[in-house]
Amino acid sequence: MLRKFLAILGVAGLCVAAPALAATTQAPLRPVHWSFEGPFGQYDQAQLQRGFKIYREVCSQCHSMNLIAFHNLGDPGGPFWDPRYPNSNSNPVVKAIASAYKVSDIDADTGDQIKRTATTADYLPPPFPNDPAARASNGGALPPDMSLLAAARDGGPRYIYNLVTGFPAAPPAGLTVPPGKYYNPYFAGDLTSSWHGDPAKVPVGGILGMPPPLVAGKVTFDDGTPSTLDQEGRDVAAFLQWASDPKMDQRKQTGVAVLIYLVVFSGLLYASYRRIWRNIAH
Amino acid sequence: MVDSVAGSSAELPHDVPESSRRDFIHIAAIAAAAGGLAAIAWPFIDQMNPASDTLASSSIEYDISKVPLGQQVAILFRKQPLFVRHRTAAEIAAAVADDHAALRDPATDASRVKPGKSEWLVLIGVCTHLGCTPTFGGGQYRGWLCPCHGSVYDTSGRIRAGPAPKNLAVPDYAFLTDTRIKVG
Amino acid sequence: MTGLTTYEPKTRFERWLDTRLPILRFSAELTDYPTPKNLNYWWTFGGILSFCLITQIVTGVILAMHYVASGSGAFNSVQHIMRDVNYGWLIRYIHASGASMFFIAVYLHMFRGIYYGSFKPPREVLWLIGALIYLTMMATAFMGYVLPWGQMSFWGAKVITSLFGAIPVIGNAITMWLWGGFSVDSPTLNRFYSLHYLLPFVIAGLVGLHIWALHVPGNNNPTGVNVKSKSDTVPFHPYYTVKDGFALSLFVILFAVIVFFMPNQLMDVANNIQANFLVTPAHIVPEWYFLPYYAILRAIPNKLLGVIALGGAIACIFALPWLDTSKVRSMRYRPQAKLYFWIFVVACLVLGWCGHHEPSDQLIPGLGSFTLLDGDVNSFLWLSRIGAAYYFGYFLLITPILGLRETPLAVPESISTPVLSHPAAAPPGALAAPEMKG
Repeated sequence: MLRKFLAILGVAGLCVAAPALAATTQAPLRPVHWSFEGPFGQYDQAQLQRGFKIYREVCSQCHSMNLIAFHNLGDPGGPFWDPRYPNSNSNPVVKAIASAYKVSDIDADTGDQIKRTATTADYLPPPFPNDPAARASNGGALPPDMSLLAAARDGGPRYIYNLVTGFPAAPPAGLTVPPGKYYNPYFAGDLTSSWHGDPAKVPVGGILGMPPPLVAGKVTFDDGTPSTLDQEGRDVAAFLQWASDPKMDQRKQTGVAVLIYLVVFSGLLYASYRRIWRNIAH
Repeated sequence: MVDSVAGSSAELPHDVPESSRRDFIHIAAIAAAAGGLAAIAWPFIDQMNPASDTLASSSIEYDISKVPLGQQVAILFRKQPLFVRHRTAAEIAAAVADDHAALRDPATDASRVKPGKSEWLVLIGVCTHLGCTPTFGGGQYRGWLCPCHGSVYDTSGRIRAGPAPKNLAVPDYAFLTDTRIKVG
Repeated sequence: MTGLTTYEPKTRFERWLDTRLPILRFSAELTDYPTPKNLNYWWTFGGILSFCLITQIVTGVILAMHYVASGSGAFNSVQHIMRDVNYGWLIRYIHASGASMFFIAVYLHMFRGIYYGSFKPPREVLWLIGALIYLTMMATAFMGYVLPWGQMSFWGAKVITSLFGAIPVIGNAITMWLWGGFSVDSPTLNRFYSLHYLLPFVIAGLVGLHIWALHVPGNNNPTGVNVKSKSDTVPFHPYYTVKDGFALSLFVILFAVIVFFMPNQLMDVANNIQANFLVTPAHIVPEWYFLPYYAILRAIPNKLLGVIALGGAIACIFALPWLDTSKVRSMRYRPQAKLYFWIFVVACLVLGWCGHHEPSDQLIPGLGSFTLLDGDVNSFLWLSRIGAAYYFGYFLLITPILGLRETPLAVPESISTPVLSHPAAAPPGALAAPEMKG
């Protein structure tokens, strides 16, 4: 009985294998370790701050993050969480960040479109007023919103790290890359039609509209951490992971408490069950 | 078929002995279950409390230099009207003079303004009778008049006549600078 | 069902109530219900399923307080729940993972029914009501997955509702009627929301009938032998309330591990992108509990025949009581049936695995290909066909034929006739064995 059960489990385990992609290829993702991996992992606040700075100075030129409001930056687990300000709307760092931004609004007196200083209740303003404007400025490609990007890609922050740090200095000779587009081995794609070399050696990866966004030293970190490409890639990926799952810290902490309770409770119920059944032949 | 089970008042052959009903383990298990249920109940109740985006817009800052003397501005605060009234000296004097008159909801004018800033009256513009928005300057005290059922408020927002039971509410607010207030 | 308890109203209030609405008497009948004393842990899934239904309803009603069912608002309202609503993330994860837990439990419950012959006379109606509950659960889950309005929500809805177009003559009219437009869009979302809210209460009603239909003949048990006397049974409370409670707590441990530590494993990554009518995801897959049916659907190259096969696969479940010819209920005493049953379980798992992949994907990459008819033998397409063939063969051929041809082991006289706790260890024909407990 037990052997059959284990056999079933073995087959079931195969059911979670990743699907094989037919013609699209992607370079295998390099492993990365995160402070937030595993059941007890939590976000590293200093890393989130550096990641936010990268988003703010680099990514936000093209990518919106419509679901993050300024006050979220000061929420528990977030980059500027301060236990002295449980209400993030009173957090002075968060207020300062907000007031450095301008957001679109309607003038209450004249009805005109104006730009006013943002408050903590406002959401991070998008770089373009709408999708067609975003496409027009990016060669027809729409830079995706980043609020859920880490959740919407296989591999999550690992994929993002690999992508932004994985642009080669030059595409392989024999690969035709249209102007305004870029080759990246970690971007899933099918390059057979762009490849003019040995047909058996089509490069893996794809062509995307984003130029290499990061280089060493692009952003200067306030905490003095050296801004290597690798560091920038990790930090921005961690920040994007936080943006897609800001409740992760809380979720894991609650989970540990709940599981401890449930194990104890199961034990009590088992003892109760054995006591009730002790005189029954069954 | 469950044949011989129906009907009779035969004793169940495996009666649980009385003592085990009071066994400690059962009490412990029931107590743990009750505790767990209480703990899980809280999130289900708390979720109906205002969400964090609602709370984020629960306080506003306003530049009062835009309000001319003798006028008021009505802005939206927590989805309700907020009156910011720039009172003239005459209006302030009239309000203070009535501090000890026969008021339904007694309050001095000084208790309804910030020290040194008595020209600024900040009130929730919701009539305390049934919730309509009073109109500026109406009624014999030239404070506010509620058009729904005729409640009359003076220049301190206190109820003077009509069915409303309480004065217009003063929200939690503070002067950040001489020209900027934060409400809520 | 009446007269099964020794309930006597004790207080004046109880006597007053008993003659007006005998609800306390009714609940005493449930708690005192004589239940076979040899039920094993496979019997705890009924209680677990009730817990799942209540959990889904409670979390669902709460989510409905915050959810906006429109094409423009749905996705963002779910994010509002996840980010802004107090504990919204917890309630959403419980509801989403709860659907998967519900299906894990229902499949184990159904497999138990097949193995122990719980569908056999006089429990055919019990089985039919159960199959109806399962069907309603599938409809509810399908519509529920559309509500977040992600890419997989939209495209999954589009693929499955388009299947109705395969019906000759009226197919397109039916599909447009379902959609409320020319494609899956806001009108479709709204009506799915309304029905998704309604159907769980239909399920609750069916569960009431299911328990009623159970209590008329009484529970089956692992031996498949009828209850002969009171000494074969114990009152449901406290014996099975506490045992079910213990099994439930283990189930909830698994549930909690998923909710708190891997809530996104069961959700497709593409569902974190808002529905886009112009961009089709690379792989459209339904939730895992539909994958075997998806594999059967895609195993047949013709759209209409594939839909008929899909329907047929579900119809087999309904027909089972009339397909099985065995005189012996429990597969404990049917070694050949047991073997075919476990192969059936493996076939279902293999079909599920196939459903997760594109049919044209190679089964063993790099092993080369050999074309048979319309596809590569080394592909998930042919593996699905083998799996589907066994699935239908199990119901339509093996079950009826085996019942007539096999020689079962000796079945014990009664539940109480001493049986060892591991009857596989008892030599065939053994009816008496030493008492285990005094």
